[in-house]
Amino acid sequence: MTVFLTIVVVALIGISLWQMSKILKISQVSGSDDSQVANDKDNNLQGKLMLAFVVFIYLLTIFCFVQYHSFFLPESASEHGVDYDRLMLISMVLIMFVQIITQGLLHFFAYKYRGNKENKALFFADNDKLEFIWTIIPVIVLAGLIIYGLFTWTDIMNIDEEEGDPLIVELYAYQFDWRARYAGADNVLGKANVRFIEGVNTLGVDASDLYGMDDKITNELHLPVNRKVIFKLRSQDVLHSAYMPFFRAQMNVVPGMITEFSYTPTKTSEEMRNSDFMVEKVATINEIRKEKSKELVAAGDEALERYEFDYYLLCNKICGASHYNMQMKIVVESEKDYNAWLKTQKTFKEELTAQASN
Amino acid sequence: MAAVAHVDDHAEDHGHHHKETFITKYIFSQDHKMISKQYLVTGLIMGIIGIAMSILFRMQLAWPDHKFTIFEVLLGKFGTDGVMDPSIYLALVTIHGTIMVFFVLTAGLSGTFSNLLIPLQIGARDMASGFLNMVSYWLFFLSSVIMVLSLFAEAGPASAGWTIYPPLSALPQAIGGSGTGMTLWLVSMAIFIASSLLGSLNYVVTVINLRTKGMSMTRMPLTIWAFFVTAIIGVISFPVLLSAALLLIMDRGFGTSFYLSDIYIAGEVLHNQGGSPVLFEHLFWFLGHPEVYIVLLPALGITSEIIATNARKPIFGYRAMVASILAIAFLSTIVWGHHMFISGMNPFLGSVFTFTTLLIAIPSAVKSFNYITTLWKGNLQYNPAMLFSIGLVSTFITGGLTGIILGDSTLDINVHDTYFVVAHFHLVMGISALYGLFAGVYHWFPKMYGRMMNKNLGYVHFWITAIGAYGVFFPMHFIGMAGLPRRYYKNSEFPYFDDLADTNVLITVFAIITAAAQLVFLYNFISSIFYGKKAEQNPWKSNTLEWTTPVEHVHGNWPGAIPEVHRWPYDYSKTREDGEYVIPGQDYVTQITPMQENEEELHH
Repeated sequence: MTVFLTIVVVALIGISLWQMSKILKISQVSGSDDSQVANDKDNNLQGKLMLAFVVFIYLLTIFCFVQYHSFFLPESASEHGVDYDRLMLISMVLIMFVQIITQGLLHFFAYKYRGNKENKALFFADNDKLEFIWTIIPVIVLAGLIIYGLFTWTDIMNIDEEEGDPLIVELYAYQFDWRARYAGADNVLGKANVRFIEGVNTLGVDASDLYGMDDKITNELHLPVNRKVIFKLRSQDVLHSAYMPFFRAQMNVVPGMITEFSYTPTKTSEEMRNSDFMVEKVATINEIRKEKSKELVAAGDEALERYEFDYYLLCNKICGASHYNMQMKIVVESEKDYNAWLKTQKTFKEELTAQASN
Repeated sequence: MAAVAHVDDHAEDHGHHHKETFITKYIFSQDHKMISKQYLVTGLIMGIIGIAMSILFRMQLAWPDHKFTIFEVLLGKFGTDGVMDPSIYLALVTIHGTIMVFFVLTAGLSGTFSNLLIPLQIGARDMASGFLNMVSYWLFFLSSVIMVLSLFAEAGPASAGWTIYPPLSALPQAIGGSGTGMTLWLVSMAIFIASSLLGSLNYVVTVINLRTKGMSMTRMPLTIWAFFVTAIIGVISFPVLLSAALLLIMDRGFGTSFYLSDIYIAGEVLHNQGGSPVLFEHLFWFLGHPEVYIVLLPALGITSEIIATNARKPIFGYRAMVASILAIAFLSTIVWGHHMFISGMNPFLGSVFTFTTLLIAIPSAVKSFNYITTLWKGNLQYNPAMLFSIGLVSTFITGGLTGIILGDSTLDINVHDTYFVVAHFHLVMGISALYGLFAGVYHWFPKMYGRMMNKNLGYVHFWITAIGAYGVFFPMHFIGMAGLPRRYYKNSEFPYFDDLADTNVLITVFAIITAAAQLVFLYNFISSIFYGKKAEQNPWKSNTLEWTTPVEHVHGNWPGAIPEVHRWPYDYSKTREDGEYVIPGQDYVTQITPMQENEEELHH
């Protein structure tokens, strides 16, 4: 891959050097004309280059879609993500269509009407019909997109705690890590404020609030599959953003207020790991890591670990020096596995007692 | 009437010159032409710094494990042993953004060409207030100096991102750069805003009051419309940023809690209570979004003028172009919330901002189609300025289209703050506005320096830049679609991103080549100032008024009376009924030419 890219880049540099030399040569031939205003020869060459340029844009587009299609995120692992992906696909197809047409027209006209002393431009100052057409078309298309987008947006952001049996989880962000707080048996989070932070109570849970006693604070996020989760996000210090790309979910975490996001995970970590997309993707990544390990070992360093896919949550709002490594593992599993895992976690009360007895 | 009276005033007053010393002519000059050159040179120097920074952090992103001596040389203790410090990476990103957006594309682009062209194209002796204009430049210069000085702050320059969201920007405990570095940043920006306001007020007053006889609003070149409207949105939105910055200064220094609440940092609870970072986001983006158009509209105005001149055709749909500028300006002040869909603000507001945001695509689309139609059946003269103008339309379309994705609150959820955003705004406002700047420099260089720039070097500059810009930013969309966040010092903490590393190398290589091509421009610019071919009065055979002034600059622009305007500026290739040009043998009719016999006004 690297070799291929290098070849592409070298080829492009080569082409530009060749063009430069050609341009310089042409300029020497017409040395008598040193007005520095474009003459017919310039117009001819630059016009043709314009045509070449749109071919370059098309080729680059094709190259990127062919070469980089594996970069696109896999099928969404959340319920609303399906709608998200559909809307994304529609918008993408639409903008690529417009992009290809308009760039084609722009550069083709630039080529076709390249100047010449013999030519006469057409005095064409306005045309109400044309202008009406290309005002009304975007209006209609955009109206469609806006309406579709707004329905999806309302569906995603309308968080109803009464509906169904949602799991309530607090995501707690600080420089530079995440914690999750499960609401426990009562499914109600205890009150919290940074002013209560002390000792093991690192999240500032109010010890006088009985709802908080059965809360469980963990450093991995486990979610049961097919059950709606409502996240309550809280930050201890600066702005963070909880970004869960595989679930098409993101919400900023703001000190001083509690923000919310909700989704229903539909694919367990296991299912995602075994999907065709992910098997291929992880194989590629491990191939890259193996190559890199060879270099590292040769230089006397440790080899890289083999990569196994897990969902992750990452910070996506600049938050300080280690912003680039603020992540938490997400595990989506069956209700049974989830309950088993949750049982192994200590409640807030147990943690307080453990501290007191020390 | 005021305009008419003014013409006479100046015509009489013109005889006696003030005695000019070196200092009043070249340093504390009140002449708009000199001030525009000062803006341009300062802007270019800031541009060199900004682009050099981008190369440094692109190198870090492409080769995170490699040690570069250049890091140690340029970054000092932040680049010990050739390894870039994570906090200085953020500082580079922050200052790159600040410098490019404000110092290069706001002051360098709008400052240069508003100053140069407003008086020349509307037929005025100078700006309404030459003194305020001078103060405006020197405040800009001062703010540039302070911004550059902030790079040498002990704990590093501001590093909270160019949007300086608090609490990160308010608390030195959160990141080193939020100490002295951030203070200097805020001081510099406050001065910058003062400079921008003085400049903008001057532009607005000049355009309204000092137009020459016959220069009605509908006869103004689109450049002037763009500068005029840009100045208005600047006056409306910059004060809000000033307030935001002042409140931040108070939170930092005087213990207020506008943006801070419930914070536990470095082992202690801060006393602040009740503030909200979301308030800052609202205030910041109330400027921040119009700022995009403050950057872009002048570039669009410049290209409208250049495309018409070089296509030897009137700009298609002059009225629609003016209406689009006005519509964009109006809408730009009510779309700021699309930067904040997932900030925690009420989701209902997200719906409103999606609606207004996608509306702005309509005037933008109209502008693009009008540009394309202007090329149709033209007689295109490929001067370097024309190449950059067409390049601008191309990147404006490519970058603008992805705005449809980002402006949709639903779709924004998963691409927010990824490289998709970086690719989008660099193409649509960064590269496009830079192309506008270059186009303007190539086109008006003869007016500014009385000499021509070398066209062949211009061609080389354009083609490498055009290919490089797409090479950098097109693949960047794809790593953004992979969910790669921006402002990450390195991506290797997430093995999932390992397969993006090659693309990052490709992008960096393109970036380095593109940056190197700018040296061709610099060489051309500097050598042409001294050794360029002497320009003739109207090298591009253009209609507008600035080309009726002598090549040598004179105080007051026109040696005699100010010319009177008789027509709009786009009578290119206009023919009579018998098919001959209005002025036989000449495919353009300058604005000062009276209507000829048998001539009809063909545009609406």
